[in-house]
Amino acid sequence: MKHDGVLMGKVNPQELDEFAKEADAWFAANVNPDPGFMLPLTFMEVGTDQQFDFLRDWQNKVYEAGYLGAAWPSEYGGGGLDQAFQDAATDAMRRHHAPIMLNAIGLNWTGPLLMDIGTEAHCKKHIKGILSAEDIWCQGFSEPDNGSDLGNAQLRAVRDGDEYVLNGSKIWTTQGNYAKYMILLARTNPDAPNKYAGLSFFLAPMKIPGVETRPIRKLTGEYGFTQTFFTDARIPADGLMGKEGEGWQVAMKTLEYERGVHGGQAGGYVLLPLDAFAVIDLARKLQRDGAPVMDDPVMRDALVEFMIEAQSLKLCQARGAFAPLNEERPFGLALSGKLMWTEFARRINEFAITLQGTKGGYYVGDPNAVDHGLWTRGYLNAFSATIGGGTSEIQHNIIAEHVLGLPKR
Amino acid sequence: MDNLGQLGFSEAQGDLMEVAKRFCREQSPMQKVRALMEDDLGHDPDVWDEMAALGWLSIAIPEAYEGAGLGVAEIVPIMEQMGRYFLAGPFFSTSLAAQAILVGGTEAQKQDYLPKIAGGSVATLALSEQSGNWDLTAITARASHTDQGLALSGEKFFVRDAAAANWIIASVLVDDKPALVLIAKDDLPKDALRREVIIDETKRSFALTLDGITVPKSALLDMAQAEAALAHIHLCANLLSTAEICGGTQNVIDYTLDYLRTRKQFGRTIGSYQALKHPSVDAYTGYERARSLLYSAAHSFNEQGTGEIATRMAKAQADKAYAYAADRAIQFHGGFGFTYECDAQLYRRSAIWHASQYGDAAYHRKKLADLIL
Ligand SMILES: Cc1cc2nc3c(=O)[nH]c(=O)nc-3n(C[C@H](O)[C@H](O)[C@H](O)COP(=O)(O)OP(=O)(O)OC[C@H]3O[C@@H](n4cnc5c(N)ncnc54)[C@H](O)[C@@H]3O)c2cc1C
Repeated sequence: MKHDGVLMGKVNPQELDEFAKEADAWFAANVNPDPGFMLPLTFMEVGTDQQFDFLRDWQNKVYEAGYLGAAWPSEYGGGGLDQAFQDAATDAMRRHHAPIMLNAIGLNWTGPLLMDIGTEAHCKKHIKGILSAEDIWCQGFSEPDNGSDLGNAQLRAVRDGDEYVLNGSKIWTTQGNYAKYMILLARTNPDAPNKYAGLSFFLAPMKIPGVETRPIRKLTGEYGFTQTFFTDARIPADGLMGKEGEGWQVAMKTLEYERGVHGGQAGGYVLLPLDAFAVIDLARKLQRDGAPVMDDPVMRDALVEFMIEAQSLKLCQARGAFAPLNEERPFGLALSGKLMWTEFARRINEFAITLQGTKGGYYVGDPNAVDHGLWTRGYLNAFSATIGGGTSEIQHNIIAEHVLGLPKR
Repeated sequence: MDNLGQLGFSEAQGDLMEVAKRFCREQSPMQKVRALMEDDLGHDPDVWDEMAALGWLSIAIPEAYEGAGLGVAEIVPIMEQMGRYFLAGPFFSTSLAAQAILVGGTEAQKQDYLPKIAGGSVATLALSEQSGNWDLTAITARASHTDQGLALSGEKFFVRDAAAANWIIASVLVDDKPALVLIAKDDLPKDALRREVIIDETKRSFALTLDGITVPKSALLDMAQAEAALAHIHLCANLLSTAEICGGTQNVIDYTLDYLRTRKQFGRTIGSYQALKHPSVDAYTGYERARSLLYSAAHSFNEQGTGEIATRMAKAQADKAYAYAADRAIQFHGGFGFTYECDAQLYRRSAIWHASQYGDAAYHRKKLADLIL
């Protein structure tokens, strides 16, 4: 029997309470605060084998302990519990500053999609591997010539019997070199009446002849994403999600899962939440011309501005629960969240560098770098979110058109 | 300090918001706003009576004094809609005066005045002085004991709605200590009030000469509570002003969007240009952030420490958001934006007014630095 992601049923408050306590104790005992190297703050930053191996083991351990996928159906490898249980486990992770979940594309996009429109066979085949991090997933949407204009994707998929033959290239593929599978947007019909109608959505194996990944070095100096080349690569036709020509709709659906609207959440988090208070601690310990940075009125004012912004963003998130406060533009805050948070994260990291005086000139690896260069690297990495997942400019367009009702052209 | 305020929204707030939205929209269409700007009194007394009849003046007054026994948080959604539709009248002044008596008055004064205010009697505050200080304890006006009572001296400015008020509560020094005194309308000499020319023409404000005014001893509020009352008024005023600002910001954004959706240039609707689209989004997100802070400030208002932080944060963000949205509104209307006829100027002027009263963004950030850093 196929489930729609969330098992309904009565939650026994006592059981939930016990579960939450156990989870709390488990994370208290198992989170390793210092593995001896810098852990990535987001799934997009996984840049070394050391980081990858550590996080894969970590996700697997969390899953085996029952704190990931707790609300996904048990016949596919989940815990079969109510979502409230998973939420309690995720809360415990947050409380104990647990490392991120590695398999982001699998957990947030592929899993919910399979349980929504996939077959039972798809679910049986893939869900467990997603949860255990045995099967890493990546996302093949962007192409060298088509990024923001995703609907114009040109990678060709041609049906041949039980297979599709792929030719073309994807780029900026996060964890592309580690992935066993890709969710792929490809062009099945170049002659469709409009560009969107010619697209189809596939679950594509990566470890097959004709698929080649080439790591791309990021602005931080590390690796983490790839260009992926497809040359007469043959993938099974049963990996088609939805019908041929429905690729755009399926891709848009995945965006809803990412926002947690449908499909139930696997749990955990794939980005560490930004702690704005940490910048205050930083300002407290740094000096500027012999006096604490904290005494500099200009820096104080800037800090307060950031604190106000951080608080306002937190409250905007909380506002979702108060329907009367969102009556006039019901989707306004939901659609603005990415823009507001990612731009804030970029700017506060940038500010943190300016607090450091000469030491702002150090980078990761130098023994004198403030907090091991965390802030500088954080600033550079912050662009992953202002560019990836739809750039800030595109977010502005979306909000202007879908929230403010301004015309596309 | 890691509790900077939390969001909450009461059923009463929700009900009042609904009623106020309808009321303000219907009672304050733009032609009427414009007409009242030219009117000497500046508001419609019938509308004021209706507001009193709706019980709006009694909201934050305890039941013991014939009020509804709710809090300042419940006034916020009303003020927000008033700011949105520029509904003119002494609601802000009277609400603040009630708070001044509630926190700073003697029991006898509370029993005497609060029921009257709850019933719609207009009152206001005279706090600002020539110095232009936002610090309400920086007082130079005086009250001296005489056989007739308290003889007042000095000057007050930005006394809102004074011509309509039955009482004015003025801050003065008594024996060099801050105090508040009630001045009845009948005790005002003929030329004591001068209407000020202020940037926001939907509001009325007056300079008040205290020289020559004598009030009975019973007009002195509880001196032991004077500083607490001034601190409370400062925060209340900022909270209510933030509510007005949020309403104004919402409307100036909507007003501008209407234009961006209809005006055409180069064969395109101007709203399709990203140079106008993207700043509009920034204005919108700035507004939403201010509004989230506003309702957190309202909800947390009575919490020691947190209430102050949340209120100052809200005013700081709201000031910034209103100024930006209204500034861009003028620009985005082109030549029409430069006219008196275009409503953009009303909002920009209103934003300047709100920044000038009880502290602007930078002022509150400075206070916050000492509270949270
Ligand atoms: C760290 C990272 C990880 C990523 N991971 C993945 C992944 O796993 N899978 C995947 O498929 N993709 C991934 N991406 C790709 C990402 O989605 C694209 O980079 C992004 O959509 C932008 O496309 P582009 O790079 O082609 O830039 P372009 O679209 O060429 O944009 C260049 C500039 O033009 C602006 N621009 C473009 N169109 C408009 C417009 N209509 N209005 C205003 N401005 C416009 C953009 O905002 C940008 O500033 C990742 C990107 C990053 C940075």
